[in-house]
Parts: sequence; C-alpha cells; structure tokens
Amino acid sequence: MVEKPQISSSMVSANFSSLPVILLLGLFSLPLLVMYAYLFIDTISDTEVGSLIPSEFTLRHWSFLWETKTGKPNIWLVTLNTFIFASCITGVILIVSSMAGYVLSRLNVPARGFFLAGVMVLHAFPSVTLIIAIFIVLQWIGLYNSLIGVILVKAAVELPLGIWLMKGFYDTVPWEIEMAGTVDGASRFTVWRRLVLPQIKPAVMALGLFSFLTGWSEFIMPQVLAPGAKVQVLSVYLASLIIDDNNFDFGTFKAVGVFYVVPVLILYVFFQKHLMNIYGGGSKG
Amino acid sequence: MRILLDKFSKSFGSTNIIEDMNLEVGSGEMLALLGPSGCGKSTTLFAVCGIHRPTSGRILFGTRDVTDLPSQERNVGVVFQSYALYPHMTVEENIGFPLMVRRIASADIKKQVADIADLVHIGDLLGRRPAQLSGGQQQRVALARALIRRPDVLLLDEPLANLDAKLRLEMRSEIRRLQKETGITAILVTHDQVEAMSMCDRIAIMKSGEIVQIATPSEMYKDPRTSFVASFLGNPPISFLKGKAQQGAFVLGENGLCLPIAALSGIPDGTTLSLGVRPEHFGTAGGIPVEGKVVFAETQGRENLYDVVLPDGSVLRSIQPVRDDVKPGDSVRWNLDSASTFVFAEDGRRL
Ligand SMILES: Nc1ncnc2c1ncn2[C@@H]1O[C@H](COP(=O)(O)OP(=O)(O)OP(=O)(O)O)[C@@H](O)[C@H]1O
Ligand SMILES: [Mg+2]
Repeated sequence: MVEKPQISSSMVSANFSSLPVILLLGLFSLPLLVMYAYLFIDTISDTEVGSLIPSEFTLRHWSFLWETKTGKPNIWLVTLNTFIFASCITGVILIVSSMAGYVLSRLNVPARGFFLAGVMVLHAFPSVTLIIAIFIVLQWIGLYNSLIGVILVKAAVELPLGIWLMKGFYDTVPWEIEMAGTVDGASRFTVWRRLVLPQIKPAVMALGLFSFLTGWSEFIMPQVLAPGAKVQVLSVYLASLIIDDNNFDFGTFKAVGVFYVVPVLILYVFFQKHLMNIYGGGSKG
Repeated sequence: MRILLDKFSKSFGSTNIIEDMNLEVGSGEMLALLGPSGCGKSTTLFAVCGIHRPTSGRILFGTRDVTDLPSQERNVGVVFQSYALYPHMTVEENIGFPLMVRRIASADIKKQVADIADLVHIGDLLGRRPAQLSGGQQQRVALARALIRRPDVLLLDEPLANLDAKLRLEMRSEIRRLQKETGITAILVTHDQVEAMSMCDRIAIMKSGEIVQIATPSEMYKDPRTSFVASFLGNPPISFLKGKAQQGAFVLGENGLCLPIAALSGIPDGTTLSLGVRPEHFGTAGGIPVEGKVVFAETQGRENLYDVVLPDGSVLRSIQPVRDDVKPGDSVRWNLDSASTFVFAEDGRRL
C-alpha cells in the first residue's frame, strides 16, 4: 500500500538504456516546443506582414495587464473569477466525492447498486445536452449570471467521475485497517478521517489537481450560464476578444492566451507526479 | 474476564457458518480455537470483538451481555492475521491510536506507549513506520496496540502465520509470557496444532462450524473423542488402519493382523472400524509384532521417521531414536503397542 507509484516509476528505467528513448521523444516533441516558444515570442514583438521573423520588441500586446480595454472587464478581476471558479469546483468535488466514494465502497447503504450504476450513467452522459435546461433552472432560482450557480453546475457535472475514481481507490484499502480502527474504539467517521483517507491521499491530490485544471479550462458553461462582465472567467474573456469584429486584435488575443495557459503549465511542472497517480489505481471498480 | 458464547449462530445470507455454538473461556485463561481453513474460526473471533453481529445467540463478557454492543464499546484488543497496522503512522502513533481516540492527554499517551513498547521490546523503533519493520517487529507493534488500553479480552487471529520458524518459536513464548503477566483472557485462532498445544491452557477443536472437543492439550492428545481430533493433534501425525471387529479383536484385512483390544468387547463381529496408531506407539517397544516393508525414512536429527507398508497395503508411521540399520526397502518386524491405540467407528466416533 505504501508509496506504490514511486517504487514502480523508479524501477522501470533500470533494465534498459533511457538515452535513445529520450532522444526520440525529444525529437517528436520539438515541433510543440517550437510552437510554444514562437507563441511567446510573438506576443512580445511585432512582425512585418508576410514575414516569419519578428522585427521589433514591444510590450503593446501585453498592455491588457495594466489598462482595462473599453467594453471589457478588468483582467485581474477575470483572473480572480477564474481562480475562484476553479478552486470552488475543486473543493466541492473533493469533499463530496471523497465521502460519497467511501460510502459506495464500504457502507451497506440501501440501493447501493442503483447508485453505483447511476453514477456510471451520469458520467457517460454528455452534459452539454442539458445546458438549456440548466440555464432555465438557474434563471428560475436566480443564480443565472452568478459564480455560485455556474460553480454548482460544473461541480455537479464533474462529480460522477470523481466519485467513481474515489470509490476505486477506497476499494484498494484493506478492510482490516477499518476493523482494527473500530476495535481500537474509533467511530466510523474517525476511522474514515484518520485511517482510511490518509491511505488514498495521493489519489485525493490527483483528483484535486485534475478538477482544478478542468475548472480552469472550462468554457461552455461559464459562457452560457455566467457571461456577465462581473463574473466573467478567462476562457470567456479570451473568446470575447475574437468575437468582437470591430476592433479585432490578434496580438492581444495571443498574449491573453499565453497568460491563460501559464498557471496550467506551472501546475503541471510541480504536480505532474501526483497527476499520474490517477492512472495508478483508480480503474479498479 | 470470562467470555461466554451462548447458542451463538452466524450465517452470511443463507449459508450457515456456525450453528448453536456454546463456548466458555475462563477468566485469565488462554484458549486455542484450532481447526482447518474455512471452519469458522475467524468468524467466531469477529463475533466476539463485535465486527460481526451474531445471527442469534448471546455473547457475554463476565456477566455483561455484549451481544448488541458495537465493537468500540467492548474493550477488546485484537491482533489481526495481517497485523493491520496503520501504514501512514509511526509505530508510536500506531500504538497510541486507541488512547488518542479516547482523547487522553498526549503526555500520558507518550508515557504509556513507552511502557508498553518496552514490554514487547520495541522501545527503539517508535519513530519508524510499519513498512520499515520486519514481520516479527510488526507483530509486536500489533500486540502492543492491542494491549495498550488494558483490554478485558485479547483476541489473536493466527498472529504467527507470517513469521519464520525461529521467530515463531520466540514469539510463541513471548505472547504466552505477556498473557500471563497481564492476566488477560485470550483466544488464539490457529490451524497449527503445535502452536495451540504449546501456548494455550485449553484447546477447542472446530470442524465446519462446530466445536468437536474442548480439553487441555495433553488430555486431548491422550483421549481424542473422534478420529478428526486424533488426526489433528500430533506431529508426525497419527496413522489409521482400516479393519473389522472379530471376537473382541481388531482384524486387518482377510486373515491378516489380529489385535485384541479391550474397548472392542461387546462390538458385533464384522463392524467396520479404523484403528489410530500414533508413530511413537509403533517401533521397538510394545507387544504385538507387525511385519512390513520400510518405504520411506527421514531423519529429524534426534529421531528418525519411518513409513512402513503392511502386506495389505496400509501404512504405519513410526518414530524412533536415531538408528542406522534400517533403510528404505528393508523388511522389518516391529512391535505395536495395542493398549495405546484408539479405535474409531466408521463415522469417526471413538469407541
Ligand atoms: N463476509 C462473508 N460472507 C460470506 N461468507 C463468509 C464471509 N466471511 C466468511 N465466510 C465464510 O465463512 C466460512 C468460515 O470463514 P472463516 O473466515 O471464519 O474461516 P477460518 O476458520 O478463519 O479459516 P482460515 O483458517 O482460512 O482463516 C468460510 O466458508 C467463508 O467462506
Ligand atoms: Mg481466519
């Protein structure tokens, strides 16, 4: 049970030389690297029409950071909204699915089989088809054009996957640990909180990151359910830049794109190990 | 504290695992539940500690009825077969966990953990995690965790199954010492008869959910109630001969060996019987000569073990002090101590 992923990843490379593999992978990812580099360079320079080589350095495209464009919300407000949106989704998903997964994995609740099947079906259900209905519901209860509304909807849509993953991880925790906990005098909640949950901490980390990234990149729900200037998120802001035909600004569009993707890249760099965990044990149902 | 199982039954769905079991463990006594795999030993144990609810019947600790008490309120210490240590906690946190959930001050916990760790000789390992311990050390941690809140009852589910032979020997006496020192009532589940005989005051032998016999180890060895009990105790195991009763004697085959046995008076001629002969009762001492051929010889250091095939094909085992003059293939004429044999009826009952 203890630190499985680390062991396997450090043992894999032992029996063959990794150099050719690295070279090959490097070669294949070169176009991607070039694209990223060029994207960045393009945002801080001006290029003659028809040429590929940048001709002069400029910070003009990044000016959206310090001056608010007419008719557009402040970029920092939008960033804050995106951050709140992604974080709240993460929080809701983690809390609900870590509890629901435990219940479905361990407790003998009525209609457990029905819930399991239901979660599976919900996961496979394309949520976009519901969006009009959700729109109407949100308007009815007055949560249209509010962050809370779209957070609740997005979290609900992502929950089935989270619950199912968590259940898979809980299934791998040995029963004896719980038996030992109860005879040691701990309540069922303490057993869950202090003994079982720590066993699947890597999975919780992974699911958290996964949810954050999903929230960060979500476009369609905020676009439809919360397009207002006060609650706009980065993806909607970005899209609005090219929808606007009157002052079409491709340079700014690219710069905002870079700005949008940087947090994701940083997260990947720091947490990629945790993210890989989700493929380690979650598939067991 | 006395443990009493009164007409205890347990079934999973429609399969009855245990029916109407009565069992009493005296205060301060250590009882072994011995039986083959799948006979319901763990099920019984889990009922005593409250993990399984009995389907019917009562469980009493002392005079208190604990049948409907959740395991949190029963004050039992359990050592699981797999130890079930908490992998993310240090040894110290593992042992202290039962106290921690009772909200005892952490200074007190620290002190008590140190005391109990010394008792099981793991005082210098408190900072480690279970994965950094050997099997025997993990076992001690599990024992310490079970003992720390002074349980009324200690339950051990095959605690020695994962240890190597030498450590097993050591831990056997260690557990027995701790049990005696703390005066705790204990139930040991095992399928190793040596373990049961060497560690416990009494043995309860189980077979498919029923207790076949309860007795002290030596009584049970000398006076088994059924052929199942006889075959379960003793190493090397007892060997059985199939035969018939004839005028108060046991007759093997058509006109083979004839053993006069006191227990057979009054048994009708022709009754099918089986005769249990322990290896130590077949050899140089004893009254009745038996001829056969040695097919297998094995030395165990101090003693030799022989398998002897009789003319009718049945096999007798013999254990004797080391000797070099008998080899596989030799014909021998050894003596059988007929007074120490057991006669069983066809259904396994002792006669
Ligand atoms: N949760 C359960 N559901 C259904 N049947 C069970 C369950 N637990 C145990 N059994 C059955 O009960 C019987 C007794 O099981 P138990 O675990 O008590 O055996 P045991 O004597 O401890 O065996 P072992 O020496 O192999 O541990 C077995 O036939 C087993 O298949
Ligand atoms: Mg068992």
